Amino acid sequence: MEAVVKPRTVVQFELNGRARQGYAESRTQLCDFLRHETGATGVHVGCEHGVCGACTVLVDGKAVRSCLMLAVQVQGSRVETVESLADEDLMSDLQQAFRRHHALQCGFCTAGILMSCVDYLEREPEPTETQVRDMLSGHLCRCTGYTGIVRAVLDVAHERKTQQENNNNV
Amino acid sequence: MTIYQSLAVEDRPNRIGARTERVEDEALLRGLGRYGDDVATAPGTLHATVVRSPHAHARILSLNTEKALAMQGVHGVLTGADVARWTAPFAVGVRQPMEHWCVAIDKVRYAGEPVCVVIADNRYLAEDAADAIEVEYETLPVSVDPETAIEDTAPVLHEAVGSNVVNERHFRYGEPEQAFEQAPFRVSLKVKYPRSACTPMECYVVLAHYQSASGTYDVLSNFQGPYALHSVMARALKVSGNCLRLRTPPDSGGSFGIKQGVFPYIVMMGLASRKVGAPVKWVEDRLEHLQAASSATNRVTEIEAAVEPDGRVTALRYDQIDDCGAYLRAPEPATFYRMHGNLTGAYGIRHLLVRNRVVLTNKTPTGLNRGFGGPQVYFALERLMQRIAVELDLDPLEVIRRNLIPAGVFPYQAPAGALLDSGDYPAAVGQAVVDGGLAELLRRRDDARAEGRLYGIGYAAVVEPSISNMGYITAAMTPEERRKAGPKNGAVSTATITVGPLGDVSVHVSSTPQGQGHQTVVAQVVAEVLGVAFASIRVNVELDTQKDAWSIASGNYSSRFAGAVAGTVYRAAVAIRDRMALIAAGQLGVQAEAVRFADGKVFAEGANPMPFHRLAGAAHWAPATLPEHEGGGLRETAFWSPPELTAPGDDDRINSSLCYGFIFDFCGLEIDRVTGEIRLDRYVTMHDAGRLLNPALVDGQVRGAFAQGFGAALMEEFAYGSDGSFLSGTLADYLIPTAPEVIEPVILHMETPSPFTPLGAKGAGEGNNMSTPVCIANAVADALGCDDIRLPLTPSRVRGLIGIDEPEAPEHLKQSAEAPAIPGGSTLQASGSVSIPASPEQVFDSLLDPAVLAVIIPGCHQLELEGENSYCADVTIGVGLIRARFQARVKLSDLEPPHSLCLSGSGNSPMGSAQGRARIRLSSLEDGGTRLDYQYDAAVGGKIAAVGGRMLQGASRVIIGQIFSRLSQQVGGVAPQAGLWLRLKAWLNALISKGDES
Repeated sequence: MEAVVKPRTVVQFELNGRARQGYAESRTQLCDFLRHETGATGVHVGCEHGVCGACTVLVDGKAVRSCLMLAVQVQGSRVETVESLADEDLMSDLQQAFRRHHALQCGFCTAGILMSCVDYLEREPEPTETQVRDMLSGHLCRCTGYTGIVRAVLDVAHERKTQQENNNNV
Repeated sequence: MTIYQSLAVEDRPNRIGARTERVEDEALLRGLGRYGDDVATAPGTLHATVVRSPHAHARILSLNTEKALAMQGVHGVLTGADVARWTAPFAVGVRQPMEHWCVAIDKVRYAGEPVCVVIADNRYLAEDAADAIEVEYETLPVSVDPETAIEDTAPVLHEAVGSNVVNERHFRYGEPEQAFEQAPFRVSLKVKYPRSACTPMECYVVLAHYQSASGTYDVLSNFQGPYALHSVMARALKVSGNCLRLRTPPDSGGSFGIKQGVFPYIVMMGLASRKVGAPVKWVEDRLEHLQAASSATNRVTEIEAAVEPDGRVTALRYDQIDDCGAYLRAPEPATFYRMHGNLTGAYGIRHLLVRNRVVLTNKTPTGLNRGFGGPQVYFALERLMQRIAVELDLDPLEVIRRNLIPAGVFPYQAPAGALLDSGDYPAAVGQAVVDGGLAELLRRRDDARAEGRLYGIGYAAVVEPSISNMGYITAAMTPEERRKAGPKNGAVSTATITVGPLGDVSVHVSSTPQGQGHQTVVAQVVAEVLGVAFASIRVNVELDTQKDAWSIASGNYSSRFAGAVAGTVYRAAVAIRDRMALIAAGQLGVQAEAVRFADGKVFAEGANPMPFHRLAGAAHWAPATLPEHEGGGLRETAFWSPPELTAPGDDDRINSSLCYGFIFDFCGLEIDRVTGEIRLDRYVTMHDAGRLLNPALVDGQVRGAFAQGFGAALMEEFAYGSDGSFLSGTLADYLIPTAPEVIEPVILHMETPSPFTPLGAKGAGEGNNMSTPVCIANAVADALGCDDIRLPLTPSRVRGLIGIDEPEAPEHLKQSAEAPAIPGGSTLQASGSVSIPASPEQVFDSLLDPAVLAVIIPGCHQLELEGENSYCADVTIGVGLIRARFQARVKLSDLEPPHSLCLSGSGNSPMGSAQGRARIRLSSLEDGGTRLDYQYDAAVGGKIAAVGGRMLQGASRVIIGQIFSRLSQQVGGVAPQAGLWLRLKAWLNALISKGDES
């Protein structure tokens, strides 16, 4: 069989607020590219067929499955992974709520769930429990039975609303 | 033994019994976990992909790696020949002449069995090359159903054994025959428990580096234990234990028992590294995982009870068949024997008869899966208790209550040998009934039924074993065989605590957690004993067999952490504290017994408190000041094995576990009469797991196990076709519960400390995997009044139980009522017709012309004449996300020119196999054209069937359509007219000519 050198493209994009670039073949999955080329190992690969949701990242602010995108598709885009959520000292309110409510065990699905929640709470700041569960239906978690996750998301929505009201009253 | 007496928890944050938040979480939430695939690799690390059998049972005639090896970036291919040269078959727990190697050598026995391993620069290139591997198989008849596989006439997997039944044992405890004879009633039931798996979100990972200078295999893998398998691996690799250095990464993405099954791949990748002389990494993908990793053992049970008129059971009889798949992979047949001692469950039944048969079938080998053995036993036992109530017209809860082991008799020895350590079962049931609101559920059932709705209530009482006796598996052998082999028993736990020169405390445990939060609980225990700040303690849970304390019982299984590992940590901490107390006594001028540790300080009455770090420092910086016999340095490794875990006796009694928790569940559910959908109204689960070390984490375990039990009850099944094809190959086919489906269970606790563990704790992680499937099944049985309940209770299965007949399929989708001509995993049948603007003679001749055939078969790269009207073809076919290159044989037969012929073909590809046959009839049309009618049968197996099942029907239609469209173009230069157009045209013609419609 003939030896074929696969052409590689330089993908330039913004990752977690920084300009980055890396090499990708046209067939390279975004998740593989983020993990192995840029070191964003917080992106987890659970099924590679778009069902489990573990590899969810934000591309230009929207939650996407990075196993169903090619690396070359993020050329010039803004990509955010779980590594972007906390600053050095403090985790985000969502991350803290996950810890408080025991919303993770092995933590493998967690990164993708956090990214979906970030996107979702932007669009729907006051969700009901049914809505939260519906949103989470795009993610599989085998450890928690989802209870802690649902509670954490509702808790953060409530906290943010209270915070907002307090700010308005000042 | 003294049991640790816990103080009031609210006063003691982060100590034993507190709902402490997890120390693991911050790294995981920040995306900084270090799972197997995140660990740094050495420069030059290569990547492996496994080529797997598309057939469930076949002889390997040839394996050609030439084309693959010639491809760019490919470094080598590990084959069965290498494996036969370098390794020995894996050891098994029963004495039978059967061989299991990490790569198939001459025969494959399940779809997905590894046939060779391709090693290349990266995974993408390895997978490209895997497609170029050519394997020729001779398929063999299969045994798929366990009840058929035990028959004498069934195809045998391991010829040297001569039968698929590889182990059979009979057990008798008490006087069961007499009890059955005297019993006024006998109630019996036959149940089948399906295959499913708890499917961790992270798949297997192995990173192997063979060190040729020392002959050592250095492997990192997310293996979960039991480390008894380390010996199995070393033996297979034909090296001493210290030449297999096995390490685990800091984090693991779940396991639930399943990552026990990675061990053959540890051996395989060690050999792959040896083959190419470089480090090799393999990350299993989800499709491989579902098809070929591991699963719970499916079981067929006939169970019978001897029953008194009041529902009391005096004797039980089990006849169990475990289907362990194609190979008896260690530690199987442990699914039977993990539960053996407590086969009488929570009941005071004294007479027991058991027949256990292990059968091998052409399916993936089974192994540990959360609840291990429990769901299978309790599905039979608790369904039987429900049947007793129905048949004797008693309240099912009363039947359970009358049979429970009474309070005050613990430790209680069950007839098969379990020494039930502690509990108060009647009190737990009583508390659950009140606190869980059973009365309200019973009212809801009355109301629902009054309105004609289908509502049921189910119960399950379960004994949850934890901390397995490493000797239980020898119960698969006869007492004579055991005497020859030597006794096996116990379960050694280890814990190491180091206090550093700055007073810092580090702990190591060999429990290889997979997400349960062991680091948190270990730190709680140590903080309590040494009186130091919880946050200052570092707990390392990576295991390195070359440097750490471990033993064969190490690992993360049988819910052994809380009882055994945390207990051993406690003992190690006490040992360190006692040494430090002696040192302090000298410095403070008091007796060692007077020294107390708290708040980071060391106290004694009448002396000034000393900072903990100062005392610790003395052991490192000034060893000369230490008391006599104190060697300096501060490290203690505790080993602990409970004496209650004795080897099975000649009477075949086995205390299979150290601890036995108690669970009582009940639930109410409603069934939609139209859709068959089950809606859980409430699920109550009461647990007595002894002393709770961190109730928040215990509740997390209960919720997780409940969700998995819920999935097993309603959604999950590893399905196989009649040819052994695996049919649940994607997460779109194997359905796992998501957030909208799972409800929040009502969790209740009672704490009866175990007298046998250092902290009084028992395991709690697996209970609901055992109790929930049968509790839900009992509720469905109650709602529908039926006895034959099969899991999973999918809406279509429930509709069958309700008695709803599915409406007939629309005419054009009807499958022929006859059995398909070709048996297979996914069988397809369809028919259709096209009209072609050429005469039947022209069409017929074209079909016999190889040049035409090569053009009309979609994706045909090459077609060569092999014999008269038979061809060899190279064809690429795509179904859904799968695209595969087939080596196919195409044959034309039954030629009746120009009226009919038969076109048949079969092909193999790395993605699976396919065979099909199309019957073609040609008839003249009035316009001089030809009407071509076809009818085809096709069967597809292997990965294509596993992952493309739902798309096959549509894909086959498209492909067949393309064939005739191209034929039409070839013959007449235009596209054919579809069936519908043909009918329309005929109708229009009839209308125009005002003739009769035909």
